[in-house]
Amino acid sequence: MRTTRWIAVVSGAGAVMLVATACGSPAAPAASSASAAASAAASTAVSAAASAAGSTAGSAAAAGGDAATATSVAAFGDMAGLEAACKTEGKLNVIALPPDWANYGKIIDAFKAKYGVEVDSAQPDGSSQDEINAASQLKGTDRAPDVFDVGQSVAVANTAMFAPYQVATWADIADNFKDPTGTWVNDYGGYMAISYDASKVPAPTSVADLLKADYKGKVALNGDPTQAGAAWNGVMMASLANGGSLDDISKGVDFFKQLNAAGNFLPVDPTPATVESGQTPVVIDWDYLEAGQAAALKAKGIDWKTFVPDDAVVGGYYYQAINKDAPHPACARLWEEYLYSDDGQNGWLQGGARPVRADAMVKAGTIDAAAYAALPKVTGTPQVPTADQVKAGNDYLTANWAKAIGG
Amino acid sequence: MTTASTLTTEAGPAPRGAGLRWARRAAPYLGVVPFGVFVIVFLLWPTYIVITGAFEGKDGGFDLSAITEVVTQESHRSAFQKSITISLITALAGSVLGALLAWAISIGRSNGPLRRASLAGAGVFAQFGGVMLAFAFLATFGFNGMVTVFFNDHFGDTFLSDASWLYGLGGLCVVYTFFQIPLMLIVFLPSVENLRPQWREASESLGGTTWEYWRHVGGPILFPSFIGAALLLFANAFSAYATAAALVSQGSPIVPLQIRGALSSEVALGNASLGKALALGMVVVVAIVMTGYALLQRRASKWSQ
Repeated sequence: MRTTRWIAVVSGAGAVMLVATACGSPAAPAASSASAAASAAASTAVSAAASAAGSTAGSAAAAGGDAATATSVAAFGDMAGLEAACKTEGKLNVIALPPDWANYGKIIDAFKAKYGVEVDSAQPDGSSQDEINAASQLKGTDRAPDVFDVGQSVAVANTAMFAPYQVATWADIADNFKDPTGTWVNDYGGYMAISYDASKVPAPTSVADLLKADYKGKVALNGDPTQAGAAWNGVMMASLANGGSLDDISKGVDFFKQLNAAGNFLPVDPTPATVESGQTPVVIDWDYLEAGQAAALKAKGIDWKTFVPDDAVVGGYYYQAINKDAPHPACARLWEEYLYSDDGQNGWLQGGARPVRADAMVKAGTIDAAAYAALPKVTGTPQVPTADQVKAGNDYLTANWAKAIGG
Repeated sequence: MTTASTLTTEAGPAPRGAGLRWARRAAPYLGVVPFGVFVIVFLLWPTYIVITGAFEGKDGGFDLSAITEVVTQESHRSAFQKSITISLITALAGSVLGALLAWAISIGRSNGPLRRASLAGAGVFAQFGGVMLAFAFLATFGFNGMVTVFFNDHFGDTFLSDASWLYGLGGLCVVYTFFQIPLMLIVFLPSVENLRPQWREASESLGGTTWEYWRHVGGPILFPSFIGAALLLFANAFSAYATAAALVSQGSPIVPLQIRGALSSEVALGNASLGKALALGMVVVVAIVMTGYALLQRRASKWSQ
């Protein structure tokens, strides 16, 4: 009798968990670790299959030297050799590249069309950290990402996972935008900006303007600054404009606190859809993400303008790297060569992002002049936070952000 | 014959009989095996990962820093406080309203269309959580929601014309209650229907009023299962993640959102153990609630016999 009763108790407890699971992932962590465990199990199974098939892929790469350790196109003889090695692999895995982010949709299409290689774009809306997580969880399978495009802090923390490679246009890239061995190379970037719907609100001329009554219930920040790099830099921009420094983000938090108290801060995550529907008439975000939307929004009758405040110019570049354990090492390298070619660089530029070779391309006259002229004007000295400054800022945000915006 | 029986008593019996008895006793438990496996794989093993992870330092060794951070850091403490507050409020609102609804349905026609529609509706709405539900509320009460726009156009400045309440704790309470009420109905209706009409008749024939009937008969019988169901609602709200994630974009006010931040932030890296420590905190809270639920469940089964 007693045992039966205990079984009833245990099943009762289990039932609670079941119902809770059904209604919204109980102890969210438990569910996520369960799925992590499941995917780990899946990956071992797949890796067994992959290593069985591995011998064929290996011999293909061997034709042009060992693709996985190639540090420049010379290892494949020439560009045609690299192309051939990639065609044999037949596929490229990219991850966390939203089609509307820096024009990646069109860049991927152009790469596919040019080389006739299949591109598998996983988790287009994933974060930088998701890219690294996917690489560790899928390591050894043919679904692992071949290349990364990550934010600064994620890149600096994970250099051990990157394979050094120098693209053919290596010399055009300024030294402070690349690791000396090519472990990572900055790809595109821009400045923190205030974008606004010119038909709905007056043009802001400084960060402080956003506190005015004209902007009541209208100012959105792209993400939560304790989680998203763009939002972190948005708070930093506000800090610089209010007497803070790269080492002191607290003035920015104070600014958002005032913004929230004035009823101007919108707790909505801005997307092109919220801009289009008029929910987020003012958005604090990277200029290259917002300026890239302007053309599409114009077609829908929205006059979307982007403005970089001259008293707070926060710059940021993304980091491009090849996965050391890339399942398609030759295609990963071909993709890098494409991104840093004139075509690839102009691709980003057409999405409103500043490509890292922009200066060299202006000199050589190969830049898309119209797209380059359309970038928001920047005056003042750009400041770029270091990884340590990001961490210090985040420690402050973790303790104070939720309080400041009264969540 | 005699020899044979002696033989059995002498040689085989002791071990064979014991084995048979053991097998006979174990047989009924075979049915529980799939459930046991399920619990181990999806409950105990993840819990083990969470517990060990919570005590793991960045170098992989034993470390209390994540736990200390959860306990001492004000933002985590207030997240637990807010999570528990939201869960209590929505469990209370959901259980009271759901119980009234269950009672109303139980006294209605036992196979009427209204009853069938309410039950079917409750079944759907109890599961209508997550992104869909958040979107439904955004489309209705959000900044550009139907109701907000309507009130702005026709009534000027009222509390419904400013949508910012929806994106904070108040909004979470309202949205959670939306799936708590139907869940309460489903869980609680069987207990209400177990109230036998004869008890009511007995109470009335002895001169009891409606109040006295509920005070001395109906109330005490329903009480344990009511509390049990309310605890279930508490755990349900406490662990809900997707709805809040879709609705609240700033500040990570509740624990599940903080865990997301710790695991996937691109600004602060290597916080997995903090995430697991927060998760452990949730496991502790849910364990307390579940123990209470199990105890009451035992009590309730005694009552209804």
